Amino acid sequence: MSQTTTGAGPSTPDVKKLGRAAAFAEFWHYFSINRGAVIGLVVFILLVLVAIFAPLLAPYSPDEQFRDALLVPPAWEDGGSMSFLLGTDPVGRDMLSRLIHGSRYSLFIGLVVVTVALSVGVTLGVLAGYFGGWVDAVIMRLMDIILAFPSLLLALVLVAILGPGLFNAMLAIALVLQPHFARLARAAVMAEKSREYVTSAKVAGAGHIRLMLITILPNCVAPLIVQATLSFSNAILEAAALGFLGMGAQPPTPEWGTMLATAREFILRAPWVVTFPGLAILITVLAINLVGDGLRDALDPKLKRS
Amino acid sequence: MLRYILHKLALIVPTVIGITIASFAFIRLLPGDPILAMAGQHGVSPERYEILREQFGFNQPIWTQYFQYVWGVLHGDFGISLSTKRPVIVDFLSLFPATIELSLFAMMLAVLLGIPAGIFAAVKRGSWFDQMTMGVALTGYSMPIFWWGLLLIIFFSGYLGWTPVSGRIALSYFFRPITGFMLVDTLLYGNWPAFVSAVRHLILPAVVLGTIPLAVIARQTRSAMLEVLGEDYVRTARAKGLSPGRVVNVHALRNAMIPVVTTIGLQVGLLMAGAILTETIFSWPGIGKWMIESISKRDYVVVQSGLLLIALVVMAVNLLVDILYAVINPRIRVR
Repeated sequence: MSQTTTGAGPSTPDVKKLGRAAAFAEFWHYFSINRGAVIGLVVFILLVLVAIFAPLLAPYSPDEQFRDALLVPPAWEDGGSMSFLLGTDPVGRDMLSRLIHGSRYSLFIGLVVVTVALSVGVTLGVLAGYFGGWVDAVIMRLMDIILAFPSLLLALVLVAILGPGLFNAMLAIALVLQPHFARLARAAVMAEKSREYVTSAKVAGAGHIRLMLITILPNCVAPLIVQATLSFSNAILEAAALGFLGMGAQPPTPEWGTMLATAREFILRAPWVVTFPGLAILITVLAINLVGDGLRDALDPKLKRS
Repeated sequence: MLRYILHKLALIVPTVIGITIASFAFIRLLPGDPILAMAGQHGVSPERYEILREQFGFNQPIWTQYFQYVWGVLHGDFGISLSTKRPVIVDFLSLFPATIELSLFAMMLAVLLGIPAGIFAAVKRGSWFDQMTMGVALTGYSMPIFWWGLLLIIFFSGYLGWTPVSGRIALSYFFRPITGFMLVDTLLYGNWPAFVSAVRHLILPAVVLGTIPLAVIARQTRSAMLEVLGEDYVRTARAKGLSPGRVVNVHALRNAMIPVVTTIGLQVGLLMAGAILTETIFSWPGIGKWMIESISKRDYVVVQSGLLLIALVVMAVNLLVDILYAVINPRIRVR
C-alpha cells in the first residue's frame, strides 16, 4: 500500500533516510507529470496565501456596511463602481472583502475537520486492524452504523442536537467523515500486519504501541494522504452546505455557504451576490480535488507501471 | 445464491439494530429535557408536561423505552408528528414518491450520460474529448450543488424564462394522488398540459441532483474501462482480429460494468443527501425538504423517525445492489 511495497521493506533506519529524498523525487516526478494536479496545487497555495494575508489584501473590513451603496453590481456591469470590484451585498458590504475573508473560514474548516477525522479514524482503524477479533467487530460495526446514514443528514441532525454554529458543524462533519479513515487504516494495517518486517520487529521485542505506530503505520500512509485530501474538499463542501441550510456558521460570518444562504432571496435581482461565493467554493474544492487526483496517481504503485 | 443473500442479511442485522439505537438515542441526547426542547420557546404547562411524559414513555426505565420503541417500529408505528399531528409514516409515505421520482430521473440522467461518456473517454484516452470530459467530470464532482441549482435558476428561469422556479407542478393543477408520482398521475388522468408542466418542473432539480452521480459514474466508468482494456483477454480478442467495436462492447464493457454497478449503488446514500439540498432549493415537496423543515420546526419525532426510515431505505437499496452485483459477477457468489 506504499512506495516500498515492491522493495524489501524499510528494515533499517539508514535505508529509510537515504530512501526518503529519492522517494520524494520519484513522487514529485509522477505528481508533476499531471498538469491538472500542478495547477490545482498552485491555486491552493494562492488560496492559502490569500487566507493568511486576508486583512492586508481585502480593501475593506468584511463587516463594514456602506449604507449608500446597497447591492451595487460588479465593476464591469452598468452601475458598477471601481471602489467595489465585485459589487456589494444587500446591506452594503463589499463582496470582494467578504470573499477574501471567507477563504480563512473554508481552509480552517478543512484543516480542523481533517485533523480530527484523521486522528480519530486512524486510531480506531489501526486498533481494529491490529487487534482483530471483537475489537475489530465492535469498531467496524460502529463505523457501519455511521455510514448507513446519508452524511449530510447525519451532520444536520448532530448539529440540531449540539446547536447550530461553526464549531459544532465542524465536529459533526469530522464525525461523519471519520469512518472512511478508519476503514482505510484498518485495511492497510491488516495487509501489512503479516509481513516479515513486522514479524521481525515483534521477535525483536517491540511492544504493541511501537508495532502499531512506528513499525506498521508509516507504511500505510499513502492511501491515507489521498483520503485526507478528498476529505478536505468534502469538509469544505459539507460545511458550506450546512451554512447554506442555516445550520453552520451564523451570519454575519463571511463563510461562503452562509453568504449564499443570506443572498438567496436576491437571486433574480442581484445575481452577483449568489454567483461569487459559490464560485469561490467551486474553485477551492476543484483545486483540492485536482491535487487529490495527482496524489492518488503518484502514490498508487499500480498505476505507475502504465 | 440463497446462501449468499442470507449471509448478506445476517451481516446487516447488527447495523440495523445500531441504527435503531442511534435514532432512539437522538431525542434523549438533546441538551436539557427532551419535552421542553420539543416545546421550544412557548414552554409547556405542568399538566401537559406530565401527559407528554406519559405519551413518550419517558417515565419508564430506558430499556423498556427502547424495546417499546422497537416494538412500535416493527409494527409500523413511528410516532405522531408534533406539527402535523399525523402519524409520521403517513407523511413519509405521501412525500416519499416525490423524492423517488426526482432521484430516479437524476440517476437516469447520470447513468445514460455518464457511462457512454466514460467509455468514449477511455477508448480515446488522452484525446481532447477525454481531457474535456474528465475536466467537466471533476468540476461536477467538486460542485456545491446548492449553488449550482441557484445558478441554473438564474439562467433558465430568470434569464431565459424556460423553466419554473420551484414546486412539482403549476399551482393551477390539482390531482388526488393515485401513485404519488406526478408524471404517472397526470398521464393516468389523461391531462396532457399537466404532464408537460410536471416535466418542466422536474428538469432542473433532476439535473442538479444528477450532477455529482453523473461525474462519479463517468470517472468510474473510464477508469474501469482503462483497466479492462489493458487485460490479456482484450489483447487476445484484438489479436484475433475482432473489430474494435466488438472488443469494446462485448469483451471489455461487460467486465468494466462490475465496479460501475457498485458505484451506482453507492450513489443512493449520496442521492438522499443531495435530495436535502435540491429539494430545499426548488421547494420540491419530498423527504429532504420534510426533514429540513422538521429540524427547524423542532419536530423531533419526525426527525427521529425520518432518520431511521431514510437509513433503512438506504440499507435496503445497498443490499439490493449487493445481490445484483452477485448476479452479474459469479465470482462473488461462489465464495
